[in-house]
Amino acid sequence: MKTADGNPSLISIRGLTKTYGHGSMAFQALKGIDLSIRRGEFVAIMGPSGSGKSTLMNLLGCLDRCTSGSYQYDGIAVESLDSVALSLLRRHALGFVFQGFNLLARTSALENVELPLLYRGYPRAKRRTMAREALALVGLPDKERNTPAEMSGGQQQRVAIARAIVTDPSTLLADEPTGNLDSVTTQEIMELIKGLNEKRGITVLMVTHEDEVAHYAKRIVHVKDGLIEKDHVKLDHSEGSSQ
Amino acid sequence: MIGMLGNAFLIALREIRRNLTRAFLTVLGVVIGVSAVITMVTLGEGTTEAVKAQISNLGSNLLMLRPGAGFGPRSGGAGVPLFTEDDVEALRDQVPGIAAIAPVRNTMMSTIYLQEARNTSITGSTIDFFSINKWSIESGRFFDERDLLNASAVCVIGTTVRKELFGGQDPIGEKIRIGKASIEVIGVLKSKGQAGMGDQDDTIVLPLTTLQRRLGGRTSSRDISQISISAEDGTDSDFLIGEITSLMRQRRNLQANQDNNFFVFDTRQIAETLSSSTRTMTALLSAVAGVSLLVGGIGIMNIMLVSVTERTREIGIRLAIGGTAREVLLQFLVEAVTLSCVGGVMGILLAYGLCTVLSSVIQVPFTFNFQINLLAFVFSAVVGVVFGFAPARRAARLDPIEALRHE
Ligand SMILES: Nc1ncnc2c1ncn2[C@@H]1O[C@H](COP(=O)(O)OP(=O)(O)O)[C@@H](O)[C@H]1O
Ligand SMILES: [Mg+2]
Repeated sequence: MKTADGNPSLISIRGLTKTYGHGSMAFQALKGIDLSIRRGEFVAIMGPSGSGKSTLMNLLGCLDRCTSGSYQYDGIAVESLDSVALSLLRRHALGFVFQGFNLLARTSALENVELPLLYRGYPRAKRRTMAREALALVGLPDKERNTPAEMSGGQQQRVAIARAIVTDPSTLLADEPTGNLDSVTTQEIMELIKGLNEKRGITVLMVTHEDEVAHYAKRIVHVKDGLIEKDHVKLDHSEGSSQ
Repeated sequence: MIGMLGNAFLIALREIRRNLTRAFLTVLGVVIGVSAVITMVTLGEGTTEAVKAQISNLGSNLLMLRPGAGFGPRSGGAGVPLFTEDDVEALRDQVPGIAAIAPVRNTMMSTIYLQEARNTSITGSTIDFFSINKWSIESGRFFDERDLLNASAVCVIGTTVRKELFGGQDPIGEKIRIGKASIEVIGVLKSKGQAGMGDQDDTIVLPLTTLQRRLGGRTSSRDISQISISAEDGTDSDFLIGEITSLMRQRRNLQANQDNNFFVFDTRQIAETLSSSTRTMTALLSAVAGVSLLVGGIGIMNIMLVSVTERTREIGIRLAIGGTAREVLLQFLVEAVTLSCVGGVMGILLAYGLCTVLSSVIQVPFTFNFQINLLAFVFSAVVGVVFGFAPARRAARLDPIEALRHE
């Protein structure tokens, strides 16, 4: 699949729908989404609460299954994969950052970051080195022994980001990564994500409802009532990113 | 696969360390279950063994004639006639099927050797007493016909008396003081062991004549408190009891409307009573053991259910960062198996300790029963694994996002 400018799409979804529940309780959260994202893009998904942003992110992150439609990730037909293949796709290609951090309790930052590497079967020494590098990259080199309970929200989110990027994924998905953080911390986290996108070429998909946060992205997709309302590339990105 | 297992083992150990309280409580449940079952069954079996040994020590064809109307409150006391040596002679001569018969006189007396003193059961009887009661000699000799005739100052002692009075010293030829008399020890009886009916080796046996003439006090009357009889092989003991009863009624001139003022019983009756009471006890112990297993199992289940929310979320996290359901489950399985096995081994060790202590306290033999150890271990391991693993299995079937949403 090629986009207009000739670059191959990393992500390409067509007519994606998601219905929660059955029968009279059924609720269609996504009503047919078409979206193409190229490698290296930084996309913000915006929209009012309940518009289906998280639902879309979970589908893009292969954490949930769509009701109908097609989803191609790097040429793979995701909608036809079984749960094992989905796990392997998440393991090798995707990194997910949650609004609620979702770190393992009573587990040190280092061990939390090491976790995805364990499933890759890397030896201990290699895991340690990679996890330390990731923690250093997110600015927490001195917190590796702390458990989540011993860290601030911003620090926990940094650990979560380190865990998401330690495997060097091609895509980082973040659902309101700054939703639980104050404005100063938000800025720091967004600079971090922006740096990952620019310096390491990681494709970033991020949900937010804050304009200031969305400003860091190069492209903003607006979702409303389960449909894409507006999809535009920001022209003023180079000047306006860090105001 | 090996790598995957090793990996799962690594993660599982990390999980155990991370949730020490949960791990401890799970192990505790298994330990309680395993040790309770093994201890109960082992002690139950030991008791049964002890009772069996006791019964075979009694002899299979032993009858006893005692004054009174039976065991219990009405049995003894004033006015109940004792027996005489003439009774013994009459029974020997007139009742067919008697192999041996011995008059018995029992009393408790203090015995002294040098500085050591203790109260011991003293029995005066004849030579047949030893064969009827299946006593054999460990060292020295039994007293003989001449000792009986002369009322010689001799006795044989049980191993408990030897141990208590003489310690490690050879008692043969030594003199002990019994009541007013100084009596020479001429033999030591081979131990019959204890259990159930008290220590049978805490006894001194001397010629009946010696007891009557030398010891003084109440023992000097010629009354006989009990007659021990062994039946010839193949004699029906009910028939024998009938014969003895009718002869004794006749000798005592009891009218048809008068109750017996003596009673005869045989060891079979004792054996039946004892084995039915051990059966009851074994059933009771098994019930207690079953309850402990159940309690252990419920404990494990509770702990696992309490942590199911946290576990489900954790499974969601592991799936979300790329673990497959199988890998995540393998980790939980390894964790449950590890905890259950650790608990099982600890339970067996604890049971071993408990059995060693308790079997010496209640004085039953301790035999290691491999089967019950295995059974208890397997059962508890299964309980641990099922309850530890089942919630994880349900969670791992969910899509990651559902597991993460679990409240
Ligand atoms: N698991 C679920 N079961 C039923 N309805 C759901 C579920 N998750 C989300 N929804 C519904 O789907 C709609 C979109 O939800 P979501 O994607 O979380 O919105 P957003 O993230 O944009 O706030 C909402 O109306 C929400 O109530
Ligand atoms: Mg949301």
